[in-house]
Amino acid sequence: MSQPSDDVLRDIHRRMVRIRVFETEAGRMAEAGKIPGALHLYVGEEAVAAGVMVHLSDDDWITSTHRGHGHLIAKGGAFDRMFAELFGRATGYCRGKGGSMHISNMDLGMLGANGIVGAGPPIAVGAAFSTKFRKTDRVAVSFFGDGASNEGSFHEAANMAALYKLPVIFVCENNGYGEYTPQANHQAIVDVADRAAGYGMPGVVVDGMDAMAVYESAEAAIDRARSGEGPTLLECKTYRFFDHVGVRGMGLSYRTDEELEEWQKRDPIHLFEARLAELGVLSRDEAAGIHEGILEEVKAGIEFAESSPLPDPNTLLDDVYA
Amino acid sequence: MASQTSNGREITYIAAIAEGAQAILAEQDNAFIAGEDVAGAGGVFGSYRGLLDEFGPDRVVDTPISEEGIVGLGVGAAATGLRPIIDIMFMDFMGECMDEIANQMAKMRYMFGGSAKLPITVVTMSGAGLNMAAQHSQSLEVWICHLPGLKVVAPSTPHDAKGLLIAASRDDNPVFVVMNKLSLRNRGTVPEEPYEVPIGKANIVRPGDDLTIITYSRMVSEALTAAAALAEEGLEAEVIDLRSLQPMDTDTVIESVAKTHRAVVVHEAVRFAGLGGEIAAQIQELAFDDLDAPVARVGAPFSPVPFSAVLEQTYLPNADKIVAQARSLLGG
Repeated sequence: MSQPSDDVLRDIHRRMVRIRVFETEAGRMAEAGKIPGALHLYVGEEAVAAGVMVHLSDDDWITSTHRGHGHLIAKGGAFDRMFAELFGRATGYCRGKGGSMHISNMDLGMLGANGIVGAGPPIAVGAAFSTKFRKTDRVAVSFFGDGASNEGSFHEAANMAALYKLPVIFVCENNGYGEYTPQANHQAIVDVADRAAGYGMPGVVVDGMDAMAVYESAEAAIDRARSGEGPTLLECKTYRFFDHVGVRGMGLSYRTDEELEEWQKRDPIHLFEARLAELGVLSRDEAAGIHEGILEEVKAGIEFAESSPLPDPNTLLDDVYA
Repeated sequence: MASQTSNGREITYIAAIAEGAQAILAEQDNAFIAGEDVAGAGGVFGSYRGLLDEFGPDRVVDTPISEEGIVGLGVGAAATGLRPIIDIMFMDFMGECMDEIANQMAKMRYMFGGSAKLPITVVTMSGAGLNMAAQHSQSLEVWICHLPGLKVVAPSTPHDAKGLLIAASRDDNPVFVVMNKLSLRNRGTVPEEPYEVPIGKANIVRPGDDLTIITYSRMVSEALTAAAALAEEGLEAEVIDLRSLQPMDTDTVIESVAKTHRAVVVHEAVRFAGLGGEIAAQIQELAFDDLDAPVARVGAPFSPVPFSAVLEQTYLPNADKIVAQARSLLGG
């Protein structure tokens, strides 16, 4: 296990803050009626995307979920093109054809957010098949939730990845809820990672609010994949601070405010900033400066989106076929 | 390009599929075949016999019985630069993988604003007549024709099976090649070298002036038998083999109806909400003034495919039913 350099630690921090600020402002824009459709925000879960993605290059592939902005940001997504997509503009990553639930960027190795729970793992298996077929050492990471771990697609993909020893990392973001249903009401196990044994791959449980822990576990799983030893199921215990859809976090019928407050005490960004300050890598003031700088970038991204043209109606039928 | 140099060599429909699959793997380094029993067993119908020995296990891949996983593997592999041939043994099994077909494969390119390319070929088997009962006999092509982003072809002959399979593999879009299992032992002339039957082009397999029979897949041979019977009564039917269902060669259909003024659409699939309804609607939209009679449809009744032979034969559309429809159209 390599000790991350100060630069890597600052990189992880920066990725987390980029997600937090983007998502917070995107939520504001949705509440102001400027972003149409459904918005599933990643606030609270930032340590998972950042701790995994810092190990990947543009040539490594990921599949994402309906809660996908954080994955794309951590993979290098640009705020302007992302906001443009959320606003349904022609300059968006998907030219206004995908929106929040299908945001993607092939050049960054991001095979799309996905509106279908559990659809990603089989696609990640295909991407990993591809990298193995070409004899490269690239990997595919599939992000999915505790809810998706009950879909047959996950089980089929896990079995095939282990069978073929494919370079896949299945990252379960267990935020304790499948939509609005608590985990205890949708599966009889506590640790999704237990399921790994059924496919013949290692299953690892990690504190998903601790970016260092995610970083270390992801490194082990990715090294294993790159060296041809096959897939790993990495379960990150995390929590979403907002509702399943939209912004509101408090006063929800299906969870208590106390529960949210307990998790907020372990806010992944606060935890990490405390650690970096302790290590002398990043002072509190420096951290605050990073938040402010990123907020400016986010505002510029929103401005870009708002001033971008809407799609030409004549492009409706473009790209149905190649 | 379609070739005429078959030199009269006749092979079976299944052998033609195998030749097409061999040609694809030989010419495209990024192509592979994956599916249940495609490698060690050479395909349950024999479609891929010998390919494992020639191309090895990296390119001819046996999979678990996991249709959603198999199709997802194809989607992920295609999006990242390979050219998968995915075998879904019976098209009835599409129920197991419909999300990866309908929500992923069909839509990924469009949802991503054109940045993804999905050159996937899906080979599958349709059709009744072998006492395989309700879950192994269906003709579900309309499920996939209804999904923008997919192409669908349905070869009726050994020649078209090989040529359409090769054309599908060279296409940069997902193409379903819907084979017919009752046709597997049919023989026909097939050129030895690789060739394409163009996707989107219908084939007039019998010219005629008195009515047009529009059909595809195994019903082409039933339509030709019906046309021969009608000819004995002095009625010349033009028979169109659509070959490609999506995109569909509507121009050829309309030109024919403009000449014959009468049309019967025939398919083995259930008549209600089948492709016949779509074709009839297009004819009335584009050639209403040319019609001397309503467009007739022959298809299976609204029932699952039965097991017992007597019931199955009662269920299936055939030449006699086509002749009866044609006669009623012509006021006979």
